[in-house]
Amino acid sequence: MERETKRLRNRNQLKHGSGVQVLIDIEKLSRDFGDIQAVKSVSLKVGAGEIVGLIGPDGAGKTTLMRMVCALIPPTSGTVRVLDQDVREHPERVRREIGYMPQQFSLYADLTVEQNLHFFADIFQVTREEREKRLRELYRFSRLEPFRRRAAGALSGGMKQKLALSCALIHRPQVLVLDEPTFGVDPLSRQEFWQLLQQIKQEGTGILVSTAYMDEAALCDRVALMHRGRIIARGAPDDLIRQFPYPLFRLEGTDLRQLLEFFRRIPGVRSTTLFGDALHVSFDEQPEENQWQQWYRENPGILLHHQSISPTIEDVFLELMKENNGSSS
Amino acid sequence: MDTYAVLTEKLSRHFGDFVAVDGVTLRVSTGEVFGFLGPNGAGKTTLIRMLCGLLKPTSGRATVGGYDVYRESERIKQHIGYMSQRFSLYGDLTVQENIDFYGGIYGLSRERVQRKREELLSTLHLGRYRNLLTRDLPLGFKQRLALGCAMLHEPPILFLDEPTSGVDPAARRAFWEVIHATARQGTTIFVTTHFMEEAEYCHRVAIMNFGKVVALDSPGSLKTRYQKSTMQEVFVAILQQEGANSEFREEPA
Repeated sequence: MERETKRLRNRNQLKHGSGVQVLIDIEKLSRDFGDIQAVKSVSLKVGAGEIVGLIGPDGAGKTTLMRMVCALIPPTSGTVRVLDQDVREHPERVRREIGYMPQQFSLYADLTVEQNLHFFADIFQVTREEREKRLRELYRFSRLEPFRRRAAGALSGGMKQKLALSCALIHRPQVLVLDEPTFGVDPLSRQEFWQLLQQIKQEGTGILVSTAYMDEAALCDRVALMHRGRIIARGAPDDLIRQFPYPLFRLEGTDLRQLLEFFRRIPGVRSTTLFGDALHVSFDEQPEENQWQQWYRENPGILLHHQSISPTIEDVFLELMKENNGSSS
Repeated sequence: MDTYAVLTEKLSRHFGDFVAVDGVTLRVSTGEVFGFLGPNGAGKTTLIRMLCGLLKPTSGRATVGGYDVYRESERIKQHIGYMSQRFSLYGDLTVQENIDFYGGIYGLSRERVQRKREELLSTLHLGRYRNLLTRDLPLGFKQRLALGCAMLHEPPILFLDEPTSGVDPAARRAFWEVIHATARQGTTIFVTTHFMEEAEYCHRVAIMNFGKVVALDSPGSLKTRYQKSTMQEVFVAILQQEGANSEFREEPA
């Protein structure tokens, strides 16, 4: 099932939405590995000044798709155009134009934090003034400045990730492809990293980014949910949230696991999901008020409060995964 | 013997001039799910490695399961399960072979490995994949398998270092269901995470910054104290306050 927003149905080759330049144009792209179809006929566009998020379970094909966009592996069929150039015809040119951060990024373990940053700035020929400005921005989000004289090899796992990210952002290509850039990055740095991405986007950069964090997906202009090689849903996060068809409630109580077990057995309950200190329960139909009264009576002192809520992008993700796992496995 | 699963007193570890862990005092009760949060480089992994008997402290005291980290690190290793950030699975072995291999390392009988293996493959939903090579598995599956291998010898204490980084929301919840089922059976869980929502699932959390524990309480009490509605907001508030205090903190060259 494909849920497209109106904006995406407009398949204009060069213009995107309201006349924005298309920077990445993926058309019916597929990639097989032996018998396994890792990516199945995916079409997707990324426009200038836009952040497009790729979400989906592990093994859905997100990394394979990104590697094809960056001309690192050839597609089995379909095309990718980056800045109007076919990546198969001009792989070197495309690689020069794209800033790509893979999941496994190579840093120089025996160089310090600072030396790594300057090394990448040299490679990408970043001018001296620009370099100063970028380093300030990057140190702000990464909090690596106190560690600038430490060898990259002696950093913690998350700090290495932040340094890799900083090295990828030291130059400002028009197109950025970031494969799980915040893997293992702490919450405060993630927040500041996304502020930085929003700022880069304002400069007209198009960004394709994959993430396992649904709060990051909510910050994208559009998201595409991949599952078993296909895009099964896409659109602006708000549109996906609006399309969520089921009544959803937030429940508070003293023993959420017991409540979870209780509601799992109630007919008409679609899903029960723990969200931190609350339980989200979705129903096929809006439950009657007297039903709620009965549930309170059956869980005295355990069910304390219920409230109708609009879903988060995480609710949408979990619901779509559930539908698609049920129908095709 | 004390009743605490993990007990530390002014535990420190230096690397040259750098103080990675700075006078940490903790008491973790048996059966507790204890969350360990903090920015990258705060010292979480260093602390866990000391508690697992993999790294000698520079100073201070610590016991794990009643065993002393200085003198009884071998005993500690038999009583804990450790899942590291870079978990060690053998890529060219199948799922089942990895489990059997770890069973051998822990010196479990063939019958016990067989029984425990089948139990884990079922609770971790890995049964269908038992004959696949581990290197071909998606990350979330590897993480579940690594957890299984860490739990194979039924240790009373489990140390999990960022077990869910990079894992999608559905797989993370499946992972936490296993953790809670294990804790309900009396296993103590010591877990680090960057998902603040997962911090809510812990009985208590400690927040670490620059090697020190800067907050320690139940998620509910922390939210009340900082007047925030989520742990994410609590975390950001604490670190911003800390940041203001340590603007000039500089690592020695």
